[in-house]
Formats: sequence, structure tokens, C-alpha cells
Amino acid sequence: MRVALMVTCVNDAMFPETGKAVVRLLRRLGVDVEFPAAQTCCAQPMVNTGYLDEAVPVVRTFVDAFAGYDAVVTPSGSCAGSARHQHGLVARRSGDAGLAAAVAETSPKVYELSEFLVDVLGVVDVGAYFPHTVTYHPTCHSLRMLGVGDRPRQLLENVRGLRLLDLPQAEQCCGFGGTFAVKNADTSVAMGADKARHVRETGAEVLVAGDNSCLMHVGGVLSRQQAGVRVVHLAEILASTEEGASGPPGGASAHPEVELARGEQR
Amino acid sequence: MPAFPTAARSALADTQLRHNLAHATSTIRAKRAAVVGEVEEWEELRLAGAAVKEAALRDLDTHLVRLEESLTARGATVHWARDAAEANEIVARVARDHGADEVVKVKSMATQEIGLNEALAEHGIAAWETDLAELIVQLGDDLPSHILVPAIHRNRAEVREIFLRAMGEVGRPAPADLTDEPAVLAGAAREHLREKFLRAKVAVSGANFAVAETGTLVVVESEGNGRMCLTLPEVLISVVGIEKVVPTFAELDPLLRLLPRSSTGERMNPYTSTWTGVTAGDGPQEVHVVLLDNGRTRALADDVGRQALRCIRCSACLNACPVYERAGGHAYGSVYPGPIGAILNPLMKGTGDPQTDSLPYASSLCGACFEVCPVRIDIPEVLVHLRSKVVDSHRDDTVPKAEAVAMKAAAWSFGDSRRLGWVERASGVAGRVLTRFGRTTLPGGRSAAGRIPGPGAAAWTGARDLPAPPRESFRAWWRRTDGGRADGGRTDGGRS
Ligand code: SF4
Repeated sequence: MRVALMVTCVNDAMFPETGKAVVRLLRRLGVDVEFPAAQTCCAQPMVNTGYLDEAVPVVRTFVDAFAGYDAVVTPSGSCAGSARHQHGLVARRSGDAGLAAAVAETSPKVYELSEFLVDVLGVVDVGAYFPHTVTYHPTCHSLRMLGVGDRPRQLLENVRGLRLLDLPQAEQCCGFGGTFAVKNADTSVAMGADKARHVRETGAEVLVAGDNSCLMHVGGVLSRQQAGVRVVHLAEILASTEEGASGPPGGASAHPEVELARGEQR
Repeated sequence: MPAFPTAARSALADTQLRHNLAHATSTIRAKRAAVVGEVEEWEELRLAGAAVKEAALRDLDTHLVRLEESLTARGATVHWARDAAEANEIVARVARDHGADEVVKVKSMATQEIGLNEALAEHGIAAWETDLAELIVQLGDDLPSHILVPAIHRNRAEVREIFLRAMGEVGRPAPADLTDEPAVLAGAAREHLREKFLRAKVAVSGANFAVAETGTLVVVESEGNGRMCLTLPEVLISVVGIEKVVPTFAELDPLLRLLPRSSTGERMNPYTSTWTGVTAGDGPQEVHVVLLDNGRTRALADDVGRQALRCIRCSACLNACPVYERAGGHAYGSVYPGPIGAILNPLMKGTGDPQTDSLPYASSLCGACFEVCPVRIDIPEVLVHLRSKVVDSHRDDTVPKAEAVAMKAAAWSFGDSRRLGWVERASGVAGRVLTRFGRTTLPGGRSAAGRIPGPGAAAWTGARDLPAPPRESFRAWWRRTDGGRADGGRTDGGRS
């Protein structure tokens, strides 16, 4: 099985450690994941802001980059949702039958990380170790566009040392919403502040989710509030092990608590 | 009316309003979820409801002509109104013909949409709302902020004050010892309204459904005040949006099952009134039906957007919407607020006005509205579609918006991975510069930008820290280390 990593533009530019964590995790599970260098973005920023014409070349780049793989795995529910549910629309509007065919070929093979682990690899225990109290936010697109259900929870419940706390009103949107966060900044921040309040109510040390964009927003609010809660992507928790930095390739995490956890083992 | 982001600001700052809304919407969300959970075949029911409305819309012209025939055959008079002005004129004329200087009203979105009360007032005719919540809004000289619960933004202490202050000015005053007990407040409203029911010669209603084959109009309500209006006065004028038509009586079945559970969280609706033309010696002896377009055919002509006309006004999408919950109904600047308002207004009015154009963006596209909609209107899909219409309408602008420039630039860099690589390197450098503005550290140690000036950046960083871009992007790391194979397992962790 040839597996490609779709790292996403946000992770590529802002959160490279999440991509490295996916690589480390999949290699540990015996998957030799490739990174097609021609990839860029899923086109969601354009599509969701209404720039459908601008999205066409981006979707074309996407299908070209990932053609020929058996599976494309991504640490983003939102970008997986975009590939699976929006690319068809963009291709149809472009009137390019070749592009539409390429999309129909590629988009069903795109998996969000937890879907790939549970459905394709058939694992819920990935051998991770993360000795912290954690609360999980099911991001809207993972929840409603993809329907990842309780797969992330199953994975988290099998992480050694991790204590999972229920997040009140977990299914409510955090308020990120792409350009919504800037176009309707006041409303977005009000939603983010409520999410942050619920996170604090749990008393968890760490907020985890499968989308760094949402975490960047809620984490930005938590940080400004000096709430003392860290945000960590699901992939980075699943990639951390007791062996820590001396483990498989990929190296240290952006999140010092992971290193600390490793430090405790040294 | 200002555009949504501006209009939302005052609601966001109103702590009482925020509290009232959060309390009301979360209560009704839980009620809805519980009764919907009882129906095993809910998804099939949704599909059936959507199919009935979809089929009705597909041959709308045929069904409307049939409706007119059946209504006329049963003794009703049918009027066609292209827009609000025509509809208001018809209602005023009928009321004046009967020498009426007041009418009682059944809660109706269509009459609010056309501003009927205000139009009648210009003709010297007072229109009295008889729905409890509408009465609160009317007496409070306020605007409704919810389709189903127009006074959702008010708590009972505020209602008591409004009753004490305003009831006496327009009819029977509230008793001086009025408390804020819900039963006591309802009792005062009942006394106040009874006088009006018994006196009025003309009633005005809308309709939830109009059955083409039989000429039957259907009103679904909870309090029974509507039924009083529909049966007591001599003359009844019903203003009905053309999308309310259903071909046959049997097709009401899924809709009447979906509506109460989605809207009030009840298993069955308390009062469902049906009336078919005129019945000698029973009920109104003159029935007028005004079939209203007012932008509906424009919405119908939009391939993607036409599904919005399936809406049965249950308001489940409002109650589920996190944006509505914070910004409140008034921010949408229309009688149709919330997610359905965000698509219905641009569809019916057309894009081009800055306020209307701001509505498709008043959503985080979280999808909660689609999840609860009983007739499966894919509101997020329509929102994105309408955004594209707004964008397309500005493609020929001589001075493009900053956003359009940014999107074109993004599309350019995302069109080719090499270009993206350059942009990322530049952003790493820019990030190190930006972090000088009120440099801060995120929990966990990564450095972040504090408050950054400039339009987009300030909107983000006004209330949120922003992580600084890492020194090295993922793609640069992959190339440098051959995907970590040449790296000895260490990277610099991206912290700058
Ligand atoms: S769009 Fe759907 S959920 Fe919203 S009011 Fe209409 S029928 Fe109800």
C-alpha cells in the first residue's frame, strides 16, 4: 500500500511538528509514508470564502500531487472534509471533465488521521505514552463533515498514562471557521472564549483536537487569558512514547511537555 | 441596518442578552434532541419531508394554479402579490372595505416580512398581535429576534415591566399587582387579548402549509390564540408565501410530524387548525388568500439556493447555531435571522447590498444547522454558494478588495509547490519580525506574536495570541532530512 501524507498548508507553514509526528507514528506502525513534494493546500480557504475560480488550480495541484497513491492521510478533519466534499463541486464548476474524473479518483482515498488508523490500519492502541490529563474537542468538520465519531476517543483511551476528561458542550463550534475568525472577529472570539471556559472547567492540562487551525484559535484565546492550558494535536500525543527522543525518526516535539514526559523516563 | 459584524457587536456586549439567549437555546436544543432521539426512523422522516417539499417546488406553477382553483371553488377569494407593497395594499383594501380600524393577527412570518403592521398603521388600521411572544415584542416596541420565540431575548422580569407599562395604552391594562410568574403573565395577556378577539371584525393570518388539491390552509400553533382569530372574526385574510404549497393532503404527514419535534421539542403540536374556504354559518364568512412572491421566484431560480424554500420555519437551525447564540437575531437585520436568514435573505433580495452580502459570511460553517434541519436544507453548502456569488459580483471592480488580492495571491502560491516554498521562507522571516510586537510565549514554550497592528492581523490578535511561524516549514524539513531519515532523529523543534 502506497500511503501519502497530506500535511496541509497550515501544518506545513505553522505546525511542522504535527506532520513530523504523523511520520513518526506511521513508521512505528510499519507504514512507510511518503511526502509528495508537489502538494500545497486543499483549497478550502478559497472555497469557503467564495473564491471558487481561484480554487480550481489548487484542486488541480492537489489531484496531481496525490494521483497514484492508495491512501492519502492527513492530520486535519477539515482538510480531509474539503477534499472529500468540496473538490467535486470545484471541478464541476470549472467545466473540466478531466479534473472532475481525477477528483472522483482521488478524493475518496483521503483519510483523516484517526480514520486511517482505525479503519485502514485497524489499530486503536498505537503504543503511545502521554502522562497528562487531557480533554478532547471534536472539531466541527471531523464531527459533521467526516463523521469520525468516537475514533479519536478510542485512540486516546488507549494511550498509557493519559487521563481523558469530558469537555462540556464539546460539540459546539470553537468559532475558528477559517476567514470567519477575521471577518467576524468579535463573534469568533466570543465563541472561542466560551470554548476556553469549558476547557478550563474540566481542569485538564491539555486540550487535544484533530485540527491545528481550531487549536490555534482556542489556544490563542487560552494563552491571552493566561489560562495555563496547552493545546496539542492528536497526532503528537499518539506519536509520543516512553522511549522519547531516542525513538524512531521524527525527533522532538514542538511541545515541551512531550519532551518532559520523555525526560521523566530517561 | 449595518452589516452583520458591526450589528453583532452590541449584542455581544449585552451580558443579559447573551445569558438569555444561551439559556433559551440550550434548553430547547436539549428538548429537541430528546424527542428526536425517540423517533427511530428520524432520518427517513427527514428524507420524506425534504422529498415532499422538493417535489412541490419542482412544479410550483402547476400546484399554485391548482390551489387557486380549489380555494375559489370553496368560496375564498385569491389575490396574487408580487411584492410587499402589493400584498400590504390588498390587505388594507379588504380591511377598509369592511370599515375596520383594527385587525387581530395570528403569528405569521410572511406578514412580518412585508411589514404589514406598519403598512396598516399608515392606513389608520391597528394590527394587534395575539401570539404571546409577538405581543411582548409589539408592546415592547421591539423587533422579533427569533422565528419561533420572537421574545427569546427577553426574560420574565423584562416582560412584566413591558406589560405594566404598555398594555393600558392599547387596551385592557395589566393588573397592578402583576408578578413575574409565567402563569400570572400569561393570565394578564389572556385578559388583554380576549377583549380584542371579541371586538375584531377582521383577522389576518399566514399559513404553515397550503394544500393544492383541497384548497386547505394549515396553521400550527401552541397557544390557541391563532384558532381564536381564525374562527371568531367575520373576515379572514391569509397571507401565504407561494412556497407553502403542498400538492396533496396526505403529503402533510411527514411535515406535521417533523415540525413540532424540531421546533418546540414537542411530540405533537398543541393546536393544528385547518380551514378550507368559507363554510356557511361557521367561522369567517369571507376568506381572502394573498399568494405572496416577494423574492421567492428569485430564490427558486437559483439551482443551489432553491432548497432554502423547503424551509418549514421550525427554527431548529437558529437554536443550534453558535453564531446566532452569541449575536442574537437582530444582528441579521431581517425577520428571518440565524442560519436560514443568512441564506434566505440574499436569495430573496439578491446580492449587492452590503448588509445582505455580509450574511453568507455570518457563519463558521460548523454544520450544526444542516444536522438539525428537518427538511435537510444543506445550509453550509448554500452559504458557500452565496459567498461565491458575492465574490463574483465584485470581479469587475476597478479597485479590488484587499481580500480578493490576498485570495488571488494565495491561489498563486498554492498553485505550485515551489512558489509555496518561497512564501513559507518569507513568512518565517516575517514571523520573526512580527514577534517583536509585544512578543509573548504560548503555554508550552513556543513564541508568539502579541497584538499586531493592521487590518487582518489586528482582528486576529486583538484577543488571541498567534504562534510565530517556525524557522523551518515541514516541506523544508523533509527535504533537508530526507523525511527525518538523515536527521538522527533530532530536529530543532521549530521554536524560534
Ligand atoms: S432551515 Fe430547516 S432548521 Fe432552519 S427553520 Fe427552516 S426548516 Fe427549520
